[in-house]
Amino acid sequence: MGHLRFGILIMLAWTIYISFLGVLALLLLPKASVRAARIIALIATVGGLAVTLTAFAQQKSGTIVTVVRIPWIPSLGIEYHLAADGISLTLLLLTGIVATAGIFFSWNIEHRAKEFFAFYLVLIGGVYGVFLSFDLFLLFVFYEIAIIPKYFLIAIWGSTRREYAAMKLVLYSLVGSAMVLIGLIAAYVLAGAKTMNLADLAQFPFPIHFQMWAFPLVFVGFGILAGLWPFHTWAPTGHVAAPTAASMLLAGVVMKLGAYGCLRVAMVLFPRGLDAWGFYVLGLGSWRDVFALLALIGIVYGAMVALVQKDFKFVIGYSSVSHMGFVLLGLMTLTQTGLSGAVLQIFSHGILAGLLFAVVGRMVYDRTHTRDLDELEKINLYKFIPFAAVTFVVASMASIGLPGFSGFVAELQVLIGAWRAFPLYAIVAGIGIMIGVAYTWRAMQKAFIGKAESGSQHPSLPPISIPERIGAIILIGASLTIGLYPQLILSRIIPALNSPLFDGLRKGSW
Amino acid sequence: MIATTYPALFRLILPETIVAATALVVLTVDLVLMRDAGTRLRFAIGALISCIGCAGSIALMLIAPQQANIFDGILVIDPQTPLIQIALLVLTILMILISIESTFTKHVGEYLALVLFAATSMMFLVSSQNLLLIFISLELLSLSLYILAAFDKRSAQSAEASLKYFLFGATSAAFMLFGFSLVYGLTGSTNLTQIADATKGRPLDPLLIAAIVMTIIGFGFKVAAVPFHFWAPDVYEGAPPVSAALIASSSKVAGIVIFYQVMVIGFSGVETPGVWKDHMPVWVPAIACLAALSMVLGNLVAIRQASVRRLLAYSAIAHVGYMLLALVSHTEQSFSALLYYALTYALTTIGAFGVVAVVEAKIGGDKLSDFSGLSRRAPVLSFCMLIFMLSLAGIPPLAGFFGKFYIFAAALAAAPQTLGLLWLVILAIAMSAVSLYYYLQVLKRIYIADPPADAGPIQVSVVSQIVLCLIAFGVALLGCAPNILLGRL
Amino acid sequence: MNTLPLITTLTAVPLIGAFAILGVNSQNKKLPRNAALIFSFIALALTLIVWHRFNSSTGDLQFEELHTWIPALGVQYHVGIDGLGLLMLLLAAIVVPMSIAASWQIQENASLYFSLILFLQTGLIGTFTALNFFHWFIFWELSLIPAFFLIRLWGGPQRASAATQFFVYTMVGSIALLLAFLAIFQCTGVFDFISLTDLARNGQLIPSLAGKLGWHTLGPQQITMIIFCCASLGFVVKVPLIPFHTWLPSAYAEAPTGTTILLTGAMSKMGVYGFLRILFPIFFVEMRSARTLLLWLAVATIVLSAYAALAQKDLKRIFAYSSINHLGYCMLGMISVAGFHGESAAFSADKAAALNGVMLQMFNHGLTAATLFWFVALLEKRTGGLRGLNDFGGLRKVAPVFCGLMGIALFSSLGLPGLNGFIGEFLIFRGAFPLATWATALALLGLLATAIVILTILQRVFSGPLNERWQNFPDLTIGERLALLPPIALMFVLGIYPQLVLGVINSTALKIVQQMRY
Repeated sequence: MGHLRFGILIMLAWTIYISFLGVLALLLLPKASVRAARIIALIATVGGLAVTLTAFAQQKSGTIVTVVRIPWIPSLGIEYHLAADGISLTLLLLTGIVATAGIFFSWNIEHRAKEFFAFYLVLIGGVYGVFLSFDLFLLFVFYEIAIIPKYFLIAIWGSTRREYAAMKLVLYSLVGSAMVLIGLIAAYVLAGAKTMNLADLAQFPFPIHFQMWAFPLVFVGFGILAGLWPFHTWAPTGHVAAPTAASMLLAGVVMKLGAYGCLRVAMVLFPRGLDAWGFYVLGLGSWRDVFALLALIGIVYGAMVALVQKDFKFVIGYSSVSHMGFVLLGLMTLTQTGLSGAVLQIFSHGILAGLLFAVVGRMVYDRTHTRDLDELEKINLYKFIPFAAVTFVVASMASIGLPGFSGFVAELQVLIGAWRAFPLYAIVAGIGIMIGVAYTWRAMQKAFIGKAESGSQHPSLPPISIPERIGAIILIGASLTIGLYPQLILSRIIPALNSPLFDGLRKGSW
Repeated sequence: MIATTYPALFRLILPETIVAATALVVLTVDLVLMRDAGTRLRFAIGALISCIGCAGSIALMLIAPQQANIFDGILVIDPQTPLIQIALLVLTILMILISIESTFTKHVGEYLALVLFAATSMMFLVSSQNLLLIFISLELLSLSLYILAAFDKRSAQSAEASLKYFLFGATSAAFMLFGFSLVYGLTGSTNLTQIADATKGRPLDPLLIAAIVMTIIGFGFKVAAVPFHFWAPDVYEGAPPVSAALIASSSKVAGIVIFYQVMVIGFSGVETPGVWKDHMPVWVPAIACLAALSMVLGNLVAIRQASVRRLLAYSAIAHVGYMLLALVSHTEQSFSALLYYALTYALTTIGAFGVVAVVEAKIGGDKLSDFSGLSRRAPVLSFCMLIFMLSLAGIPPLAGFFGKFYIFAAALAAAPQTLGLLWLVILAIAMSAVSLYYYLQVLKRIYIADPPADAGPIQVSVVSQIVLCLIAFGVALLGCAPNILLGRL
Repeated sequence: MNTLPLITTLTAVPLIGAFAILGVNSQNKKLPRNAALIFSFIALALTLIVWHRFNSSTGDLQFEELHTWIPALGVQYHVGIDGLGLLMLLLAAIVVPMSIAASWQIQENASLYFSLILFLQTGLIGTFTALNFFHWFIFWELSLIPAFFLIRLWGGPQRASAATQFFVYTMVGSIALLLAFLAIFQCTGVFDFISLTDLARNGQLIPSLAGKLGWHTLGPQQITMIIFCCASLGFVVKVPLIPFHTWLPSAYAEAPTGTTILLTGAMSKMGVYGFLRILFPIFFVEMRSARTLLLWLAVATIVLSAYAALAQKDLKRIFAYSSINHLGYCMLGMISVAGFHGESAAFSADKAAALNGVMLQMFNHGLTAATLFWFVALLEKRTGGLRGLNDFGGLRKVAPVFCGLMGIALFSSLGLPGLNGFIGEFLIFRGAFPLATWATALALLGLLATAIVILTILQRVFSGPLNERWQNFPDLTIGERLALLPPIALMFVLGIYPQLVLGVINSTALKIVQQMRY
């Protein structure tokens, strides 16, 4: 019986393989067939989504289940070890959904389409890999695999200052991963250089002075990708320059890699790095305080900067920084509510950021060829593409935390968790939400409703195509489902958080 | 000690002999039978013979492995030696195959023979633990390389490169010889193990220090570590691409391996209180400095290069820096890490030079701008270059990444409790992050920049494509399954 | 027993309708409004079924549904209604078809418009039935967003600022409300209104709040007071009480009239409902402490808004201020009740009367104001948007039926005995006078001013010399007469036989009084 039940989970490894097989198929494809390329990409992503959905439905308990575990480099104790717990499953699902929607929103890519989808699938495969890896070496390998395609996706198919943005993004990511690598190698060696297994290393009692420097190193390393203030500056420029699908993936999935790493690697390996220093600097008494403060600054700063942007996409870009601040704040609460809220927020923001970028990049920019809010204000877009307007309104409502959508439950949990740990921060974060309402409102009004009283005609706006509608509906549906029934995910996250893996963080009880 | 009859000795050095004989055969065949044939045919035949020879030698080592340590370490065959030799031969074969299309010389026979002689000398080099033979092999190698560097007689740059290489090489040889002679004078032996025994526990002797410094300088020149690297960029840029590949790859493997042997076996006894260990060999800080300087300077200067070959040259300097980490930590593990790193690096570099060679032949330059839009003109070639560059930058799952990981892990593991070499590892990892910047500059040209307006597709010969693809596949395979190589080290 | 979850079904009907209409091609002008009307009638029919099955002899919750939802947050799906909820459901069910009928001429993006109306109805129904803060708040917000867009997209010339003002005010109120309930949840782990009521009655609420939220030197009472203030801000803005009312006149005036009907007819009751359902049972101690302040605010609201209405020239603004005025009476009645506790039988009767009056007034005002705005809509339709007090004159001569029916509605608003408005206001004054004599006496000033306003309208619009421009002012068509008949009839029915409604709410009022003893 048990074997049968896990049968479907073994399939999870196929999320990775399907993506890379898709790449292979694309590489072998004759040059001209754009249509075939799209379809291959769609099949690969839908395949991945189908696998994750099935596994998600099967695995109700959220505890760790090994998918594959074979020796890889025996002399170094490195294994090819894929496994999934509730948190991984959640993120895999997110990846599947955003990746599929992303394909729908890249349906109009004609220029070097084959390469586009190939890079796209490499990225997706890498992301799946990270979320499934329980061997740190493997995790790092996939983590880096996910970095490089971003460069090409942005630099080749991007817009505003694309090469600069792409390079900046890659260098930031790489600096981050270098920091992670240092921490990982050091931990590996300290633990006797026998294993890279996450669970084993998590049990190893690293000396506290080591944890005290390794934790911030690895946390910041991953945090860079998660948009941790003040290392977030790659995010807005990167998002803005990227083509729609790439911004969706960047904000929707790649930033989540960082947050996932913070939780799964930094915090699990070096839980005592969060302990108090025993002295205070500027009122901060531990790395936990420091990162909570940085997260909070990210929330407020991102929101305030978003408030004054002229470029529509920059608004969303900075809003990502702000929303990711909630994730990091949730992680630093070290309460079950806060942590599960953080994971939920990862999911929620992944979906919603994807949707927002899709509206801005694909539905608006590809039609109007401007993202300047003052320009858009003159068009009165909602009359021409009401679907885009409605989608944007729904997405922005959801992202500012309107009850009923995923963002609300997630940010609520984070705030509740934060309230217990840092009451003042919770209040300031609440103010951040209000600023969020303000910038979203401003962007929405300017972009879609506008001032033009007598309908200034904008004749050549093609209607919203079917793939766009499908993509939007998938994402809205996901956000709504989780918002109305968060138990779906929470019931898998919470057992995962209660697993032995998090013993060090939990210290007995949450 | 085994019997040292001539037949036995001959049996032991049969692999080297086969390669040397092949060189002679190639020379003869080319000179006698094919004077009037076209260059391409001559290259094809010559390459075929060379490859057969190398393959035969490899086969012999695989079929009949041996072990020996004779004549005071003049010939040492331990289990790892054949592996390194095989790897060197494989690299040689690949190099020869890449050069098959070359048009820079009519002296095909001489050219191939020199390559094979270089291979022979490298094989001797790595199977010796005696200063005398090490020096002789090193000089034989160097002589071959001087000529190879100058082989493009039409190019003044080639001549300049060769001259520069020769001058620096000769100087370094002088330094090295001076160092070796001092060592012999102090210890009365040229055998590395005996030198170690003789120096063990002795108070630090200024003369000994001088000897060690001289040796380091000599080898520093050979492997182009900062500050002894000045020849490298010009030679890499000026020499014919295949010669440059040889200099950059297999000769570097041989050089660094023997550098390791000399320092770690020969001078391991000269100890001093250490910072990160209780005691460490006296040369360790010096090597650590060389490593740090090489990594920093190589990577930073590479950023400014406009020529891909110069870029590769500086990146080579940086990679030597990483490899020197293994010398600094000098544990058993670091040696296997070093071997893995050096071999995969050599493989990748050959591939990169192979691509540069094709581009030079078809487009006429190795400037970054010549690579513009290459992906639209030669997709396969570009893809191979993508793999090579990313591997050099240390991006998983390619070989370069695992090499770095292993070498860094080994460096830290040398003092697992104190993590004494952490600073060097941090520097290395940081510099490796920097390196991606310039590798991406190349890829940016290839994939992102638009091709010149009048540019059509580039026809790349099937052989080159296959060889390059094989190399790329090898790089990816060794990265994905490092155990293939690691299990044998 | 029928197992059909009636309340959920009732909530779902307009939601389904909204999505269905959203899918209609935006070029199609007629289908959306017809479909919306049908869905609103279905909702009305369902409401009548609920009304029919409702057991009016008890003040307890009926039609309860309780399901686990998000255990991690203590969230349950919990709905149910008592007399108050039922009355509000009925009001919403009546007002929405009126709003749709009044919006009949909307052409631009009709599918979006009518879909938003139905979304708004969902929000209303949900707000009036939800008993767990979590989804109650979802519906509360759900009613806000469509309202914003209805004003923003289809409103008058000043719509942008009006909509923003509306949104900012209500949003700030909502967020304060949310924070208050988050704080409560932090301390008690409960989101359920009923459980919270029990906690409050057992006296556990204040200690647990103080226990978790200790802040410097604030005592338990002060902390609870702060939370109460936050929570009430949300409702006070919605009602609105002066000085939180400034969003209302411009929002009502700028909104398309069909939307104004919804705003005034149903949405404005959300605030009062919130007071009765949430603040009264949970924060009765704090209500009592804040009584004086609130009472004076209510009086100020009644008097000032009535006089403000006097100064207006725009019919919609006049009715907007009069709306504030009428809801002020509700607040007056309610707050006067809050002040007293103890078992005194006399006061109990007064309190019950006042509360009955409040609920009745909510319903009546909803009905009357909606009808009045509908007339404004009809007027606008005939005049191409003109609705100034001085733009007309002598309409009585050319459109007697129009003026007659609108006159009835006006008199209802004035509180003429025999019409529905009278009985509610009477009960409020009857109950409040003994409880808060001076305040009630002062509030009578407002009544006076309202009378002047209404009479002015009658005089300026209907009587006097006929304005030349309106020689050909068409009277009501047959269809319009038929459509207007039910609300007008209802006004008479309730005026003559208020027991119809009072019978349903009396037990609820008594129960609230009962709860107030503690």
